[in-house]
Amino acid sequence: MSEIVQISDLHKSFGDLNVLKGIDLTVQSGETVVLLGSSGSGKSTLLRCVNFMEEPTQGSVSLHGELIGTEAGGKMQYRESELCALRTRIGMVFQHFNLFPHMTVEQNVMEGQVTVLKRSKSEAQSKAMTQLERVGLADKASEYPARLSGGQKQRVAIARALAMDPDVMLFDEVTSALDPELVGEVLKTMRQLADEGMTMLVVTHELGFAYHVANRVLFLHDGKILEEGKPQQVLKNPQTQRMREFLDGHSLFKLPD
Amino acid sequence: MTHTWDFATIIQNWQVLWVGLKGTVLIFLVTVVLGLAGGLLVGIARYARSRFLNWPAMAFVEVFRNTPVLVQIIWFYYAFPILTGIEVNPFLAAVLGISLNTMAFSAEIYRAGIQSIDPGQWEAGKAIGMTYNQTLRRIILPVAIKRVLPALTNRGIEVFKMSTLASVVAYVETLNQAKLIADLNFNPIEAYTAVALIFFVVLYPVVQGTYVLERILKKGD
Repeated sequence: MSEIVQISDLHKSFGDLNVLKGIDLTVQSGETVVLLGSSGSGKSTLLRCVNFMEEPTQGSVSLHGELIGTEAGGKMQYRESELCALRTRIGMVFQHFNLFPHMTVEQNVMEGQVTVLKRSKSEAQSKAMTQLERVGLADKASEYPARLSGGQKQRVAIARALAMDPDVMLFDEVTSALDPELVGEVLKTMRQLADEGMTMLVVTHELGFAYHVANRVLFLHDGKILEEGKPQQVLKNPQTQRMREFLDGHSLFKLPD
Repeated sequence: MTHTWDFATIIQNWQVLWVGLKGTVLIFLVTVVLGLAGGLLVGIARYARSRFLNWPAMAFVEVFRNTPVLVQIIWFYYAFPILTGIEVNPFLAAVLGISLNTMAFSAEIYRAGIQSIDPGQWEAGKAIGMTYNQTLRRIILPVAIKRVLPALTNRGIEVFKMSTLASVVAYVETLNQAKLIADLNFNPIEAYTAVALIFFVVLYPVVQGTYVLERILKKGD
């Protein structure tokens, strides 16, 4: 196992608001790490700091042991070219899909390959088809996003990220905007990726997914990691009052066994 | 009031108006292309986060949006050559006045279009490693421009009518030629009515076309 992502002493504040207050996290190759936490706990911000959608205020992020950014005058400096290159190696999937509406499904999956990685059209096309088959949407290649269901859109978004051959995938509450009956197909695709050995960092409210798929679960509260461990341990035997409250809130109306 | 309409002299002089119409179309084509293309650049600069782009663009928009085109044309024709020593012919003065004004107005249209795009689109482009410029060009502008196309065609129609302002510096276009006919034949009523008719005949089908365009664009969404 090798370290893919290494985060140390990460802080992020928006003005006076301190969202992350010192996060240390290492993600090993092939690992699926699930971040749990109530809204405002900082889990999405942490995820967005990994690919620098948000620039950390303090601390460092390394990918494959390479430190991102250069230190100058006690502060990290990030160049656009460096961050763009970094983001091609980190796939991200959003809550609201963010597919490109003026492009077909296939063009959506080809866009980054052609514009950023400079792959030839034919190479990008065959790669796009491979990834669309992987998420079970090869037959929708020539459709426009507007004609797809939410679950299908999200699977296209996953294919779009996978087509860049990323080292790690970030999932930011990707089922939160979906109708309950469409959540399953997206989670199934994610489980399949995890089984295939993809390194994944997942922010979700799906405790079932965390329990069955994650290698490790982190519970964030108030910008810090409050609990961390195997899902069976963290979800079945929480150590802190805050985590117990969180779990109670999520299983308030569980069906009786 | 009794006026006996007599278009005979107008019809006799149709070639004079034809020359004018060609002049109108020429200045329209030049100003609409310069105005809408230049406006795109100013609009992008207006949207940019960098103050070095944003502030000059904003100053440009405010100056040219808040001064009359007619005054600009006169200023470029009479004042500009004295201040700079650069010779300006009627065509150039009119092109400058109309296209700078069109740039200022269309810049605001483009900016509004760019602003109307969901921030998630910028994020999606960024997340697959695109630079700001790549995202703008490949993801944001195609959708933004399509969205503001009806407003831009409106602008184009305005530009076509604005071309008559070029007559103030005696550029050879439809209104200027009509004035010529009126002065020679003492028939200003018929001459200027003819100008209005010519503009209506040219523009009416174009405007109808824009309605069709709007409907087609709506369907695509």
